[in-house]
Amino acid sequence: MITVEHLTKRYGNHPAVDNVSFTCEPGTVTGFLGPNGAGKSTTMRMICGLTPPTAGTATVSGVPYRRLGNPGRHVGVLLDASAQHAGRTGREVLSLAALTMGIDTREVPKALDRVGLNATAAKRRVRAYSLGMRQRLGLALALLGDPAVLILDEPANGLDPEGIFWMRGLLRDFADRGGTVLLSSHLLREVEAVADQLVVIGGGRVVAQGSKAELLAASGTLVRALDAAALELVLKRAGLSGTKTTDGGVVVQASAETIGRAAADAGLVLVELRPAGGGGLEQMFLTLTAGDSVKEAVR
Amino acid sequence: MTAVLETPPQIERAGTRAVPMTRLTLIELRKLADTRAGLWLLIVIGFATVATSAIMIGWAPDDEQTLQGFFQFGLLPSSVLLPVLGILSMTGEWSQRTALTTFTLVPARGRIIVAKLAAGVLIAIASTAAALALSAGANLIGAALGGDGSWDIAGSLIWQGVALQVLFVLMGIGFGALLLNTPLAIVTYFALPMVWSILGGTIKALKTAAEWLDMNVTTTAMSEPGMTSGEWARVGVSAAVWVVLPLALGVWRVLRREVS
Repeated sequence: MITVEHLTKRYGNHPAVDNVSFTCEPGTVTGFLGPNGAGKSTTMRMICGLTPPTAGTATVSGVPYRRLGNPGRHVGVLLDASAQHAGRTGREVLSLAALTMGIDTREVPKALDRVGLNATAAKRRVRAYSLGMRQRLGLALALLGDPAVLILDEPANGLDPEGIFWMRGLLRDFADRGGTVLLSSHLLREVEAVADQLVVIGGGRVVAQGSKAELLAASGTLVRALDAAALELVLKRAGLSGTKTTDGGVVVQASAETIGRAAADAGLVLVELRPAGGGGLEQMFLTLTAGDSVKEAVR
Repeated sequence: MTAVLETPPQIERAGTRAVPMTRLTLIELRKLADTRAGLWLLIVIGFATVATSAIMIGWAPDDEQTLQGFFQFGLLPSSVLLPVLGILSMTGEWSQRTALTTFTLVPARGRIIVAKLAAGVLIAIASTAAALALSAGANLIGAALGGDGSWDIAGSLIWQGVALQVLFVLMGIGFGALLLNTPLAIVTYFALPMVWSILGGTIKALKTAAEWLDMNVTTTAMSEPGMTSGEWARVGVSAAVWVVLPLALGVWRVLRREVS
């Protein structure tokens, strides 16, 4: 269980995170979505007590992170897979963590094996690891203490498609056994496949949150007509607003019936009319965060 | 109306007890040697210490080849290089960004700093003991090859040796904590006292100040047996400036710095 309440972080006048609140329940995977620079990592660092918040609180299992005496046994954290000493071997990285947490170092080979790092990889220094291998090592470290909560920042970065598929299974299984997962990403598709709950953040603020089903349902209807220009006209006349997708369709915040009737009245030929689903969520994600990512690029 | 029993979320207490200091110190000791840089530094110190004995046996006058003579010269490599290990212990966490893992597993940063200081003190004591053992070995060989071979060593010399090593390692850790950047900390650690020594040696007005504030000057007395209280006072004053001050500022910085 992770509870975040009114978390705010300002750097000078710039609010990196602005009044963010959400809860991650046991047994669920929460996807924390937002473009680069939206404040995901800062929020996660504040949850883990690495960055002091300007205002607000965050607790893990009901306790502020810094008051967990031996946090590794409660929370598995992977904030940056590249933040490992290049001169240590993979096995040594885990051994140090195991010693800190008070875990038998004989668990280390098993932990490495669980994430698909074999004995050869374990003996290599982290310098020689690919980003994907570092992510696997980071996951092994996060899982080492047999925690009830996982906090992972962009864990799929650098993983190959097989690796991403494997990680989804691992997180799903972890949540199904009662664990709490908070997982960040700037790629909607990546999170959509595994998350139950979504928190979308842009420019430091939460712009949407809820269950994936809710957000998908709220994402409108996708309609595509033979004559795109005529469709636009018909929708305008019916007072329906829509956003264009990249491939010529329009996502409209109305039921399929309303749109269908409007099209039928105008004698318009529709070639597609369906709930927008993930495509709509992506559209929403883009609209909600586009302005911010531009700002981010300019800053 | 039914009363709702509010039970605050409880976490299992067993696993949340803070990590004991002894464990943290052992981990910090291990971290000194488990990277290529750290391991090689220790190997180089070992070889250099052996080399001091070899030089003594080969070239020093026979009457200087005593346990005390070997020990005095043998401390030189570790007193110069061991502080670098102290610097790496602090700066490595930030240069290599392992602070992220370290402080995630142990959020009480003060405990990690104390463990690093304890590890530094222990390795300084161990290196002095190793130098003494090596000197004993060298003395045996020296005696066999016609050296003086005297086993007389002033007790004060051993304690002063330990204090000297500890002081320099702590100075290294202090510089590391203050600058949190490996190359910068190493260069500053060596260059700044040297510049001060040169200034103190050449500018007349600074002569008295240098006698009290130049670590290179004040600690010279530590490698001769039987330091006077006046000499200790000078060591203390210079250490306050070069060891305590950087350590205090460095600790303050590490405690406050945002980890990313």
